[in-house]
Amino acid sequence: MKAKHQRLSLAVLALAALIGAGLLAASALRDQAAYFYSPADLQRTAVAPGKQIRLGGMVADGSIERAADGVTISFLVTDGPAQTRVRFRGIPPDLFKENSGVVAEGAFAPDGVFVADTILAKHDERYMPPELAKTEAGPKHRTETLAR
Amino acid sequence: MIAEAGLAALWLAAALALLQLVMGAVSLTPGRAEAGLVVRPVAVAQGLLALFAFVLLIWLFWMSDMSVKLVAANSHSAKPLLYKIAGTWGNHEGSMLLWVTILGAAGALVAIFERRISERMLRATLAAQAAIGLGFYAFLLFSSNPFERLAPAAPEGQGLNPLLQDPGLAFHPPTLYLGYVGLSVAFSFAVGALVTREVDATFARAMRPWVLAAWIMLTLGITAGSYWAYYELGWGGWWFWDPVENASLMPWLAATALLHSVTVLATRDSLRAWTVMLAVVAFSMSMLGTFLVRSGILTSVHAFAVDPERGSFILALLALYIGGALALFAVRISTVKEGAQFEAVSREGALVGNNLLLTAILGIVFVGTLYPLAAEAVSGEKLSVGPPYFDAAAGPVALVLVALMAAGPLMRWRRDHAATVIRRLAVPILLTGAALLALAILAPGMSILPFLGLVLAIGVAAGSLAPLWGRNLRRTPMFTWGMVISHLGIAVALAGMACETAFTKETLVAVRVGETATVGPYVVRLQDVEPVAGPNWTALEATLVARRGDGPAVTLRPQARSWPSPPTQTSESAIRTAFDGQLYTVLGAQDEQGRWQLRLWWKPFVTLIWLGGGLIALGGLLSLVGRVRRERRYHDRIAYA
Repeated sequence: MKAKHQRLSLAVLALAALIGAGLLAASALRDQAAYFYSPADLQRTAVAPGKQIRLGGMVADGSIERAADGVTISFLVTDGPAQTRVRFRGIPPDLFKENSGVVAEGAFAPDGVFVADTILAKHDERYMPPELAKTEAGPKHRTETLAR
Repeated sequence: MIAEAGLAALWLAAALALLQLVMGAVSLTPGRAEAGLVVRPVAVAQGLLALFAFVLLIWLFWMSDMSVKLVAANSHSAKPLLYKIAGTWGNHEGSMLLWVTILGAAGALVAIFERRISERMLRATLAAQAAIGLGFYAFLLFSSNPFERLAPAAPEGQGLNPLLQDPGLAFHPPTLYLGYVGLSVAFSFAVGALVTREVDATFARAMRPWVLAAWIMLTLGITAGSYWAYYELGWGGWWFWDPVENASLMPWLAATALLHSVTVLATRDSLRAWTVMLAVVAFSMSMLGTFLVRSGILTSVHAFAVDPERGSFILALLALYIGGALALFAVRISTVKEGAQFEAVSREGALVGNNLLLTAILGIVFVGTLYPLAAEAVSGEKLSVGPPYFDAAAGPVALVLVALMAAGPLMRWRRDHAATVIRRLAVPILLTGAALLALAILAPGMSILPFLGLVLAIGVAAGSLAPLWGRNLRRTPMFTWGMVISHLGIAVALAGMACETAFTKETLVAVRVGETATVGPYVVRLQDVEPVAGPNWTALEATLVARRGDGPAVTLRPQARSWPSPPTQTSESAIRTAFDGQLYTVLGAQDEQGRWQLRLWWKPFVTLIWLGGGLIALGGLLSLVGRVRRERRYHDRIAYA
């Protein structure tokens, strides 16, 4: 290889690798990015069953129901007026409780219930998912924390 | 008084950093070289002062001095001593002080030990190091003062997040920070070399130990963090593609690329501009990681609710340093002469491939980590990018990289022939083929990534040992051993990841005391659930008796813990390690009918993941010691000649 051209060809290779990575990333992103919804968002726009999304809000008061198998729970996520039913099979995080913030990751089943694969709850009094802080449920909880 | 002394030490250290920057810069102008005489001593003094301030903060935490705001907000007098001390860096201000301390100490070490490069370049390097330090001193002093007083003093502290009350806290953040900051030295060297126009093999040899050391620390920090998350969070996962994990992975990827390119530069004097660029990128990734973790813009256990001012401050520092370095690069790169030439099929060629693929993975992780932030800033859409994206995009590239890793070390420098390389690779290729067939028959229906991962891991493990074949093992240089062991570690970790992903068995049940559940090869019986108490927590502890076939019964005791300050519940998993995997158990809540939720996993060969991580770091250490010893011998020879 000519001396002059080696650096150039290396630069071209690097560029090609980066563009390739970018394209790979872009196509994967289009398929895989999960959008964040509140129950109110879901009322306005329907989400196709099977599409991965995140659902955030408060666990509605008195809405947690336990199934007979002892490991499946179902509850309502609310952000004020709107509500969405969520089903989850597993051990919910330690801070998961009624009137507390929650983010559920999963997809809608054909029967219209949101089936969560993962549930994230507030980890401690200083930690709150930023998504939650911005929903209507957030500020109320913030004040609670401050008043403590 | 102690808090005030710490604050004074910080101010003084900041002033010294300013002096170091100014004198270092002045000494580079023609005829003012004598100004640089103070640079080395000032760098040492600055490092000592920062260390002093940090020790004082540890002292305050140790004494539980509740008149200091930071201690009152994060500590508790009833906490075990280890966590009082480790709690020093388990919060925003303390961890930033640790950052600055390591930065200062690294500058001091360069000032004391570095004798290979020209004095001009050394001063430029230390000036760059001081410039970085100055920004972070300003950050500490103006927006995150760790020594702020609380009047009146709090009667009791608020305690430390229970998830952080674990030996992992004593180890994980400091090692990661050592890695982040070690890369700052590489960055400073690169800036110094650009300023003095001395980008050459000597520069690479001076920078290499720092890159290696930083890389070892990052490897250890990531491995430890992964295991910590694995057993502490009770989710049974070892990598979540959480943005904060990515924040530590990105510097590691850049450092791995840099480690390889700096070797090309030191050995063959090629890839000059590229290596300088990578040094800038690597430290940018460290800064970005710090920004992501410390600005509180991410959803993560690591992200505490922090006021936006701090995020903006770090972002400004990030823009300043990266922008400055890139501008310098753009201005000076034309003065960097092209290095030695090489053919496409050669060791250099393989290392270029390594660098390109690592950069591609870095790009993919970067896009996936920052895309949600960018999307929200631009369109207000909230979205998250999770494991499906990262697996699909980064997985295939990583597998190609691993395959290349087996071939690279068997190639000759400068030029080689594809046919001879393939002949040297015959045994690993045959083994890969055999593994492919065996797995396709024995474990049909595996998903594609773990399948290819496991097949490759077997071939690459053999390939990574190939450089030792036909050599006198005693006379093989230590850094060759280091490379072989690190590459073997990658294969081992890959095998662990593939096995865990493909063969994990999970059981989720609600059982009464006395009932059993089956997971993988184990039958697990819930014998009892009893309350227990620790120094600052109470818990419900299950006694599980697990039996594998006719083997002996083993007892596991997972707990559901309650912490009074701050009021929190955590679950402590119980893990049984066998030679071929781990039994992982978590205790859940009790339902109305008196049944206990149990979550059980059988994870075959999962331990290989962290064993591999350890091997990678060990290889790095051998390499580092080998390089330093050889250089010392070489210098002695010159000195006595």
